[in-house]
Amino acid sequence: MNVRWFMSRIVSRIVLLLIGIIFLVPIFWMFTTSIKDMSQIMSYPPVWWPNPPKWHNYIEAVHYIPFGQYTLNTVIICAGNIIGVLISCPLVAYSISKIKWRGRDFLFMLILSTILIPFPVIMIPVFIVFSKLGWINTFRPLIIPAFFGGGAFNIFLLRQFFLTIPEELSDAARIDGASEFGIYSRIMLPLVKPILIVISLFTFLGAWNDFMGPLIYLQNEAKYTLALGLQMYRSTNYVEWPLLMAAATIVVVPTIVAFYFTQNTIVESVTLTGLKG
Amino acid sequence: MKASTSRRNTLYGILFALPWIIGFLAFTAYPILASLYYSFTEYVGIGTPKWIGSGNYNALFHDELFWTSLYNTLYYVGLAVPIGFVVGLGLALLLNIDLKEIGIYRTLVYLPYVLPAVAVSFIWLWMLNPYYGLLNLFLGTVFHIQGPGWFSDPKWAKPAFVMLAQWGAGGSAVIFLSSIKDVPRELLESAEIDGAGWWTKFSKIIIPMISPVILYHIITALFGGFQIFTTAYIATNGGPANSTLFYVLYLYRNAFQYSKMGYASAMAWILFVLVLIITLIIFRTSARWVFYRGGGE
Repeated sequence: MNVRWFMSRIVSRIVLLLIGIIFLVPIFWMFTTSIKDMSQIMSYPPVWWPNPPKWHNYIEAVHYIPFGQYTLNTVIICAGNIIGVLISCPLVAYSISKIKWRGRDFLFMLILSTILIPFPVIMIPVFIVFSKLGWINTFRPLIIPAFFGGGAFNIFLLRQFFLTIPEELSDAARIDGASEFGIYSRIMLPLVKPILIVISLFTFLGAWNDFMGPLIYLQNEAKYTLALGLQMYRSTNYVEWPLLMAAATIVVVPTIVAFYFTQNTIVESVTLTGLKG
Repeated sequence: MKASTSRRNTLYGILFALPWIIGFLAFTAYPILASLYYSFTEYVGIGTPKWIGSGNYNALFHDELFWTSLYNTLYYVGLAVPIGFVVGLGLALLLNIDLKEIGIYRTLVYLPYVLPAVAVSFIWLWMLNPYYGLLNLFLGTVFHIQGPGWFSDPKWAKPAFVMLAQWGAGGSAVIFLSSIKDVPRELLESAEIDGAGWWTKFSKIIIPMISPVILYHIITALFGGFQIFTTAYIATNGGPANSTLFYVLYLYRNAFQYSKMGYASAMAWILFVLVLIITLIIFRTSARWVFYRGGGE
């Protein structure tokens, strides 16, 4: 069009490229450290790509700690959370969006207000209850709450989706004699399947990345999750940087995969929730 | 007919919400009240709590580490929240530029936000290593500056955490971006016809139109900031010289390392009241700067 327009596009491309590099470099640095040996990580000037790359670090890393066991533990906790959230979260979201009852607006406000409660306020009594039940060093404290809640944000997201479904659909089914649960499970749930997938991925990320929960409840090393296990590459005065970065790379990869599947849907779902007022 | 329908609806409404209601009572309502009670007791987690009135609160008032942790946290929140807002919004504006390859940049900026906090902490502990860390090597080679000790320097450890937090700014940038995209085109176009520059468009149209999202962002950022834990636990564990002993880290130690459950509960309640007051103040002032579309507030 004109010179100014052309210049502004070049400048914005350069700025964006720089920002993209800044955000990418730490991930790249993690990966490249994971294939170096101890002398290469301390060399000056820094080695961008070691020659030859020491892929053997990955084999050492998964043998340095009980990596397979920790992966299994983490997967069990993630799966339990996803199942729990998928059962409890659509139920309550349906109640506050599709069933016309007096308390539903109050319930909705109550659900939203739980966002304003800092975790430390509830953490101690919940820990004491779980330890009285003998649930410390089991996965139960990290899984069972998911069956009785599902996270305020997920509920909010689902509610907004349920609200977009026209009433006529359930009214017609009601006339045909369908039960409320029948309408919910056969008509409504299939319609919100895409958002259930997004919620599953969010839940996966939350459980996979969780640190404080496992830290509090899992003291027995055999029960550790990957997030806890990453600490074991470090002793009081020594860090196995290449092995730690190899393990971190492995732990990070599933989150990147999950992210790949969510990235477009996240933007869309935020748009749909009407967060913009 | 009508009365029975409404009774039936109420029954179903409660039935469908029942799992959540049970969870709320067991994992939210009861714990809140219980921790308030514990905060007035001496309690090691087993046996019976011993009522000591305001003893924990008095002790906290004279606990130097409590004040240190509160100061560290306020320092962190005071820097991380405004900087995070500017960075998040700035990124959103940049990512809103109409370029063919903009999707790649959006992906790159958003990606770090989904990574596990433990991995992120270790990555940055390594990036900010005083001797072999990439950042100090970069500062030394390109600018001939001797970079600071970051996590090992009491002066630089807190700023290092503020910097680390910005790597996750993609999360808020995406939310800002989707709300900017939602600003009606006609508004911006008619402003352009009237000769408005980009700053006028930004400050007079975009900011007011996305102000509800800004309010949401500030509140969640404050809550996140006050509860900083994992990154600090991994990267510094409170050091050096308690310069990164953040509030929840000290609370965690009292509860789970020193078994002072009552003392830690008192800390939790002080935090709760503090963030509620701050949230309330923000909500009060928000009537003046938050603009809700579609009439009513």
